[in-house]
Amino acid sequence: MIEKIAIGPETEKAIAEIIARYPVPEAALIPALHKVQDELGWLPLEAIDWVAGRLSLPKARVYGVVSFYTMFRRSKPGRHRLEVCTNLSCSLMGGEHLRDYLCEKLKIQPGQTTSDGRITLTEVECLGSCGSAPVMLVDDAFYENLTPETVDQILEQLHQKETRGGVS
Amino acid sequence: MTERVLTARFQTPDSHRLSTYQADGGYQAAKKALSMKPGEIIDLVKASGLRGRGGAGFPAGLKWSFVPKDSDKPKYLCINADEGEPGTFKDRYLMELDPHAVIEGAMIAAYAFCANHAYIYVRGEFKLPMMRLEAALEEAREANLIGRNILGSGYDLEMWVHPGAGAYVCGEETALIESNEGHRGMPRLKPPFPAVVGLFGGPTVVNNVETLAYVPHIVNRGAEWFGSLGPEKNGGTKLYGVSGHVKKPGLYELPMGTPLNEIVFGVCGGMRNDRKLKAVIPGGSSTPVLTADEIKVNMDFDSLAKAGSMLGSGAVIVMDEGTCMVRVAMRLAKFYDHESCGQCTPCREGVPWIRKILVRIETGRGCRQDPKLLLELCDNIQGNTVCPLGDACAMPIRALVTKFRDEFDAHIEKKQCPIGGFQNPWPSIKIQACKVS
Ligand SMILES: Cc1cc2nc3c(=O)[nH]c(=O)nc-3n(C[C@H](O)[C@H](O)[C@H](O)COP(=O)(O)O)c2cc1C
Ligand code: SF4
Ligand code: FES
Repeated sequence: MIEKIAIGPETEKAIAEIIARYPVPEAALIPALHKVQDELGWLPLEAIDWVAGRLSLPKARVYGVVSFYTMFRRSKPGRHRLEVCTNLSCSLMGGEHLRDYLCEKLKIQPGQTTSDGRITLTEVECLGSCGSAPVMLVDDAFYENLTPETVDQILEQLHQKETRGGVS
Repeated sequence: MTERVLTARFQTPDSHRLSTYQADGGYQAAKKALSMKPGEIIDLVKASGLRGRGGAGFPAGLKWSFVPKDSDKPKYLCINADEGEPGTFKDRYLMELDPHAVIEGAMIAAYAFCANHAYIYVRGEFKLPMMRLEAALEEAREANLIGRNILGSGYDLEMWVHPGAGAYVCGEETALIESNEGHRGMPRLKPPFPAVVGLFGGPTVVNNVETLAYVPHIVNRGAEWFGSLGPEKNGGTKLYGVSGHVKKPGLYELPMGTPLNEIVFGVCGGMRNDRKLKAVIPGGSSTPVLTADEIKVNMDFDSLAKAGSMLGSGAVIVMDEGTCMVRVAMRLAKFYDHESCGQCTPCREGVPWIRKILVRIETGRGCRQDPKLLLELCDNIQGNTVCPLGDACAMPIRALVTKFRDEFDAHIEKKQCPIGGFQNPWPSIKIQACKVS
């Protein structure tokens, strides 16, 4: 399927500014990919092509970078992303159990999206927040010292945001 | 009460703003430094004995002195804010709560080896630290503390935030440089060392955030003062990030060389639910584990090396008696497997095998010779790879297998994990396990 993408002028402007920070434009590749992903929510092939064109790089060169870094999403996520850390400090405090709890509640495995397209669950490595383990990112925001109860609340909040209408 | 240096401003309201930083004497060190000769700053930092806080403990002043003075290529400073070592959560607080201290320290360092460009490489997940740094850089630029002809000194320095995108290996200095250039984070073979050929081919210094945040204090208060804060050759205070089964996990600034048992049982209030201590990983996931009997050790570079481990990033991971050490090893191996860049064979092939063998032991399918096989794999990886990520897997796994061998054997004999994986902190909630992987 071909994704129609449109990169807004603000992202374009931001990328132009970033390019000016480096002696060679290709050094702006990772920050530029972040900007495009922030706008689109993920990096469809068309977005990769666009970035390649913008930085005058071969598409394969850009794709190689995209596939190296775990934060770049090559498939479309659900409307919300839960990224639960199960590395050591978190799992000592229940990180793996929280992951399993989320799997059970959402009826998906890590790496999957709920059938209504609402939530994508991923298991991630240490998020640099181990002193307040267990930790999860919800759409890039840190949630710390989690318990099954607080996870329930977070899911409820996401649900309410959506039912109140509008894309959140 | 011990002196707080790096965290002294953390409770100040709006500590991240230039106004409060300057009210607390911020950028005085920069002014002083700009009136000194670059070489004098290197000598001062050398004399202080400041050692890198990113993991290896290499003397900062010495590293700066390796940068050739006569290079015709632009020189660069890369500030390592990748903070990826599991257990570590210190630099984020420096960036969030005292970003100007990081910037000032970086500026003095860059001036010391005559670099005009600096990039702060921040792990991509750290949105707030990046926002704070960017706002602080903006303030600093407006106040002519960054940019052209800083405070009329004739010195130019540009400094930018460069985001990572989720790759532990990019914390390794040459992978960081590759990533900063817009490439996959594949470490480079050394030599040449970055001080000679680094970012964009120019002489480059890579320093950790905490290392650089100390520099203004050393300029203000002198080399001797710094040395006096810790044991010989291990000066200063240190940020220790404590996680795991203690009553009060968190970030603590303590004198370098504070005994580990004091950190666990004093500062952190002892073990949660008053259970028995089983083991401590003293310096982040890559450092060899210490058993409960071994924690009288002083937490500084040299004492931990003597004890067969490492200070690493000062990330203390505490585990109680209910922790399955096979499971711990398995989880760490999974991490290193995921993070291996795949460029050299011992790491690319060996680490997944370590993981597979640990999974089979943990799930009751281990064979009698598996522990020995694990040790052999560790031996074949360590020292045989392009970057130290291979060692970072081999060292902790070897220590876990050696020091907790009976647990590995028990798994194999009983054909199951006696504990059943990590403990469930919420036993009232029944959780069906996902697959072990
Ligand atoms: C696999 C690997 C990951 C590393 N991750 C980090 C990191 O996240 N932050 C850091 O400061 N140093 C990290 N290091 C150490 C750096 O290579 C380098 O030694 C350090 O940034 C130098 O700074 P320092 O001398 O101020 O400590 C890592 C090293 C390896 C081998
Ligand atoms: S040791 Fe591992 S991470 Fe390092 S260069 Fe080799 S394959 Fe890559
Ligand atoms: S182990 Fe989960 S944040 Fe570090």
